[in-house]
This record gives sequence, structure tokens and C-alpha cells, in this order.
Amino acid sequence: MRIDLQNVDIDFPIYDARTRSLKHRVLGLGPPRVGPAGHHRVLVRALRGITMTLTDGDRLGLVGRNGAGKTTLLRVMTGIYEPVAGRLQVSGRVASLTNITMGMDMEGTGYENIVIRGLMLGLTRRQSLERVEDIENFTELGEYLNLPLRTYSAGMLVRLAFAISTSINPEILIMDEMIGAGDKAFAEKATKRLERMMASANILVVASHSSETLRRLCNKAALLRQGELIAMGPVGEILRRYESEN
Amino acid sequence: MLWERPTYEDEAQLSDAVLLPTRRSNYWLAWHDLFDASRHWRLILHLSWQDVRQRYRRSALGPLWLTVSVAVQIGSLGLVYGELFNLNLSVYLPHLAVGLTVWAMFAATINDGCLCFIAAESFLKQVALPKGIFPARVVLRSLITFAHDVVILVVVLAIYSPPSVLGVLASLLGIAIFAVNGLWIGLLFGLLSARFRDLAPIVGSVLQVAFFLTPVIWLESSIHGRMAVLLQLNPFAAFLSLVRDPLLSHMPSLQSFLIVAGITVVGWVATFLMFARFRGRITYWL
Repeated sequence: MRIDLQNVDIDFPIYDARTRSLKHRVLGLGPPRVGPAGHHRVLVRALRGITMTLTDGDRLGLVGRNGAGKTTLLRVMTGIYEPVAGRLQVSGRVASLTNITMGMDMEGTGYENIVIRGLMLGLTRRQSLERVEDIENFTELGEYLNLPLRTYSAGMLVRLAFAISTSINPEILIMDEMIGAGDKAFAEKATKRLERMMASANILVVASHSSETLRRLCNKAALLRQGELIAMGPVGEILRRYESEN
Repeated sequence: MLWERPTYEDEAQLSDAVLLPTRRSNYWLAWHDLFDASRHWRLILHLSWQDVRQRYRRSALGPLWLTVSVAVQIGSLGLVYGELFNLNLSVYLPHLAVGLTVWAMFAATINDGCLCFIAAESFLKQVALPKGIFPARVVLRSLITFAHDVVILVVVLAIYSPPSVLGVLASLLGIAIFAVNGLWIGLLFGLLSARFRDLAPIVGSVLQVAFFLTPVIWLESSIHGRMAVLLQLNPFAAFLSLVRDPLLSHMPSLQSFLIVAGITVVGWVATFLMFARFRGRITYWL
């Protein structure tokens, strides 16, 4: 398994109401442009010249202030943003645990949602069905799994979403902050399950503001600042540097 | 090759790898996106079914509600316009019933197609699903909604002008051809609407005008002279005639076939080129 980025740039075009409009584009209507460079799009460079290689066994923690490009970099690795320039190679089954309730159907029953969420996580129907027992045991929802999700409490919903999302075994696992579930008693069980999943992944990439979490989970860290990779190396060293800068 | 994609030997793993483009040609990637989307048919089915279900969620009449409201619309329009135009109901009502329901399917596909990526923002920004899933979801959703109205068509046609089996099959073929076009429409207009946010309302207005220029509430036979040219060149009329005429025991004109065939080919080629060029930009525009 391998993630390889060479000089990856990500630019976000920023559109205002006028550049968003086909009418303005085609007819050239609207008030005269103020300011320079009418036809130049405004670009925000989210990542600049990122070069890094991750291989089996790497557990990378991403650190940096808000807006440093951590989430964007995770999305690049997941395949959501394709690089504007540079090259990117990802080989391995990727899963991203960001929004664990994404795509859940409030009208569907718990069992139906196990299959639905599974489809979005890249499982086949059969693979999802094989995981039902494990999810039943973990969530302890019992008969509730036969009821539509709208009857669930917030805690029950998170428990189910968490159980489904952590029932897969990706080769490359990508996480934006740690996810957790439920009350204190449950949280411990959830952490254990999550850490088992992380341990079975060949490569882990996690962005977090918690140094303690990163020290525990990672062996490497990368420091981002304004879209640039400032430093990458052993987790302790990078975190010390990051903390001393803040 | 700078990046590799696993072969599809292992059917069990849908997302064996998410692979990111660098040096692969855009055409190759666009083709693979569409191919990959077809492998997600179960997800597409689920998403569109979920969309339909949300419309009749927990209402007393449930699925019937959609059908009843369309039936009322057809019944009242049929009586009023039949009287106004002084038409024979046995001719007018089947024409109107098929026309309105098929038009509703066209309009829903095109209008919702514009929003197919915008509405899926929460998905597209979280997981790297093939983009082709989303236009397919819209087309399937329109087909499912249309299937609700088939009950009305069965009743109206059984009373006034029972079609032949061949006619029904030909009409289904017409619907299938429309669905094939609905996919490129969703892909192209969805992509353009993600970039240009005023496109969807513009398309909506154009469709409203097109509704009146298409023989839905009026009959082809009531138009003469210069206006008839309008009818002959109207692509909506061509698509509608492919679905409706066989049900009403006419043959669609050769001209309708040619227009539809032309639109299908040109539409797909143009869409494929656009999709290949801008596929990777869609998530940036959301």
C-alpha cells in the first residue's frame, strides 16, 4: 500500500455572484467591473507543492492551525479533490471516516441502513450482511434495529453509524479528528473498536488538534502551514516544533 | 503508469482503490467514472427510491397521493380544454393523459438533472464516488415517479383507446431512449449548473415555455401554416411523439426518429467531451 504525492498543488477558485452567473458570462451584463483584471479568477491556493510518500506501517498525524490545509490534504488522499498540478498515486483500498452518518436514511430501519451505509463505504450487499451480527453485538440496539432511524435517540443513531463505519477493514484509513460515540461507558468500547480498526489498516492518516491523541496513534507527523508542508518526521519531534511555534 | 487501478477481477470489492489521476488521459478517466457508476447500480437504486419515498412519507394516501393529484389534474384539464377546443373526449383525454405524464417525466429529469451534483454536495465532498451515479439517480427517480402515473394511463387508455401490445412495447422503447438522453442531460447540465448557479432557473423557464410549444394540451392537428414548422423542429415534441404516438395507435414520424437520434448522438458526444474535461473540477465548484 502506498500514497505518493509529488508537488501537488490544490487551488480553489473563488467565485462571486457575477462569475457564478451564466448570464453575465454570456451577455456581459451587469455593472462595469471595478478593480483590475476582469477575467482573472480569484484563486486560493489551499496546498502548495506537497511532496510526501507513505508506505505500509506509516501512521501519519497532520498538524497545523485552522486553515493550514489539513482537511484539504485528507480529501486529496481520499480522491475527492484531484490535484491541479503535480502527481498523486494512491494504491490500496481507501476509507475516510469523516462524516459517519452521511447517507443514512431516516425512514429506513437500522438493518436497512447497515446495507445502505455499506454501499457507500464500498461494500457489496453481501459483505454488509456478513457484518450484521458484529454490528448487532456492538450497538446493543436489539429490537430497535427493526425500527426506522427517526425513532432513534441521537445517541443511538451515532452508535449505529459508528458501528457501521468501523466495520470495514480499509488498507488506507483517513480520519479528520477522532470520532467517538455515546456516553462514557460506551465511549471506552468505541475507542477500543476504532483503535482495532486503525491497527489493522496498513496506512493511517489522521488530522487532529490533540497532541496527546497524535502521540498515542501516530509514528510520524507532518506540519502544515498555509498550505505548505513545513516539516515531516517522527511524531515527537514535529509536535514539539508545532507546540513551540504556538 | 503513474497510478494504477486494480482490475475488476475481484467483484466483491467495489472500491478496491481510489485512484487519482495524473497522467491518465481525461477520456480514460471519464469513461471509467461512468463504468464505475454502473457497478454501483444498487446504490443508485437505493438513492432514487429513497428520494421517491421521501415525497410520500407518512402521508395517509402514501404512494397513491402522487397518482391522485395527477389524475385530478388530467381530469379537470381534460374537461375544461375539451370543452374550450370543442374536442371529442375519446381523442383528447388519452392524448392529454399521456402527454402530461410524459411531460412531467421530461421536466423532472431535466430540472432535477441540473441539480444532480449540487444536491449531492454532502456526498461528493465526503467520499470519492463516481460522478455518473448522480445523473443516473435523477433519471431513475423520474422513471419511478412516472411508473406511479401508469395506473392513470392504463385506466384512460382502457376506456378510450386500448393500444396494441406492439404499441406498448414501442412506447417503452421511446421511454428507454429518453432515459439514455436523460443521463447525458443530467451529466452535462449538472456539471454546468455546479459552475454557473443561474443555469438551473434559466432551464426551468425555458421548459415552461417549451411546455406550451409542445403538443401536450393541444393537438398536433390543430396547428397549421408557419406554426407547424415550430412543431416539426421542437425536440420535445419529437421525444414525446416517440412515447405517445405508439400508445395512441399512430406511427411516430420518421422526422421524430431522426431528430431524437441526432440529439442522442450529438448530446452524448458533447457531454462526454465536457465531462472528460471538467469531471475533476466538479467537487471544486460545489
